[in-house]
Amino acid sequence: MSPQFVQYLLTGLTVGAIYALVALGFSIIFNASHVINFAQGEFVMIGGMATVSLVAVGLPYLLAIPLAIATAALVGLALEKFAVEPARDASVVTLIIITIGASMFLRGLAMLVWDKNLHALKPITGDKPIAIAGATILPQSVWVLGVTLAIVVALSWFFGRTLLGKAMLATSHNRLAAQLVGINVRMVLFLSFGLSAALGAIAGILIAPITTTSYDVGVMLGLKGFAAAILGGLGSGIGAVIGGLVLGIVETMSAGYLSSAYKDAIAFVIILVVLFFLPSGLFGKRGGERV
Amino acid sequence: MLAHLASPRTGGLLALAAVIALLPLVLRNSYFYDVAVLVGLNAIVCIGLNLLIGYAGQISLGHAGFFGLGAYGSAILASRYGWPPLAALLATTFAVALLAFIVGRPILRLRGHYLAMATLGLGVIIFMVISTEDKFTGGPDGISVVPFRIGGFVLQGERIWYWVVGALLLVAVWLALNLIESPTGRALRALHSSEVGAEVVGINAAEHKLMVFVISAVFASVAGSLGAHYSGFVTPAKVAFLHSIELVTMVVFGGLASTFGAVVGAAVLTTLPQLLATFEDYEMMVFGAVMIGTMIFLPRGVVPSLARLFRSHRSADADNKANKA
Repeated sequence: MSPQFVQYLLTGLTVGAIYALVALGFSIIFNASHVINFAQGEFVMIGGMATVSLVAVGLPYLLAIPLAIATAALVGLALEKFAVEPARDASVVTLIIITIGASMFLRGLAMLVWDKNLHALKPITGDKPIAIAGATILPQSVWVLGVTLAIVVALSWFFGRTLLGKAMLATSHNRLAAQLVGINVRMVLFLSFGLSAALGAIAGILIAPITTTSYDVGVMLGLKGFAAAILGGLGSGIGAVIGGLVLGIVETMSAGYLSSAYKDAIAFVIILVVLFFLPSGLFGKRGGERV
Repeated sequence: MLAHLASPRTGGLLALAAVIALLPLVLRNSYFYDVAVLVGLNAIVCIGLNLLIGYAGQISLGHAGFFGLGAYGSAILASRYGWPPLAALLATTFAVALLAFIVGRPILRLRGHYLAMATLGLGVIIFMVISTEDKFTGGPDGISVVPFRIGGFVLQGERIWYWVVGALLLVAVWLALNLIESPTGRALRALHSSEVGAEVVGINAAEHKLMVFVISAVFASVAGSLGAHYSGFVTPAKVAFLHSIELVTMVVFGGLASTFGAVVGAAVLTTLPQLLATFEDYEMMVFGAVMIGTMIFLPRGVVPSLARLFRSHRSADADNKANKA
């Protein structure tokens, strides 16, 4: 493997891990409610921007990061309570518009609360590149990959071993049946927004030292995360992670070897090609339609 | 006779014609005319989009792409290559229809969120090509466009454009209403409620969806071409994802499966940002709040909700009279 290839691979994995975290957020909410939350990208923005301003007032990372994640989670819970819950039985199009409206609202609010400038965040531990097989990796990228891995492990434990996680999983399989065995499906929906907002915020905090952050970073990250979730198959956790990593690697490789001008378009070309041949994504459920 | 007038096909069309004819009485200066022209152009796009979303039940989050292709196609052919604007418009429209026909078939096989993703992706790709290929499109800076002329007659000024766009809007509404009342329209509504059900009774769902997708792309493209000539300038903002969202919001705000709803939606949501222009920093927040609020409180959209209210009032009145008698 040439050093250049290794370099693209490492960069791609880092970006892909971020897409994976955003895609996991999409999947968790989709499973609980069959809603695609187009405001997912805004949680990423809130995580990064809140950390920037908390650090600016003098808080150490150890306090600023949990506070920023909690802020995003609260916004997520509020979004569910005040925008999604009142329209619970509405059509797919209606819910898509509500969450897009919410994303515009949050972006507009962020522009007022903060500003329109780009903000950099200091890396968590230094910025001296580490050499691997002729390529280099930033310590921050190691953080991105490590934290993503830890979150994937924690989530699989949560959904496989805890009562609440199993309740969420049960709700995703069959809402009515879950309700019948005594699961509070409304609470599941409520909490799923908090959980996926927290995941988005973590992604936003991890990536901010590498790419900087601003009030509108959520748009592209949200769309790419959605693309990753679709690529993996909506609602599949492992699909979201693999979809994110594949998207990140392919995007970086094609930007490096083919054309960097079309870097952002590549994700969408992949998505269209995949959907044309696999209309339910790589790991999505294939099902018939009831009349 | 009265019943005939009350039907949307004639009565509604006459009412719209009357509004267009009388509106200049309150349009005080060219700024007002300008907003009215923008409303008309957006309304034409929304009527087409409503056929797709409201009647056929297929969402598109990428229609700004077709609008943008229309705008840039006309701009490039007429301004860079000196084509007559009418020829540029026709060639562009044909090309967009062909593109919609080719990509529509695989895209429309998808459903729900997957369809939303695919149309969104298509729109984003068109946006990126337009903002990157700056040799032709001027890139992020945009491109200036020559005025529209037919023979020796030059269309210029808000007032002339007002009447042109007003007439085209009436044509668009008439076409849409006729399509909806035709066997095709009934087939579309059937496949909206159940595609499998529609196929069982012999409707070719794929053909019908594709047809309405192409029609809606053509409406968007023509409005895009005219808009480019009218404003004399196009930037990639007109092609962006956000513009696609604005178009869908107009359709849903006005009322799905209501042609006049699409017109009302376009009118309200095109005018709103103009009213908010003094609070520019709050514009995005307010727009977002309006989207959420309408969907929660008027999920059927403004026009169908009001029509329902009006009808229940009338039937209540009739009940009262019957009781008194």
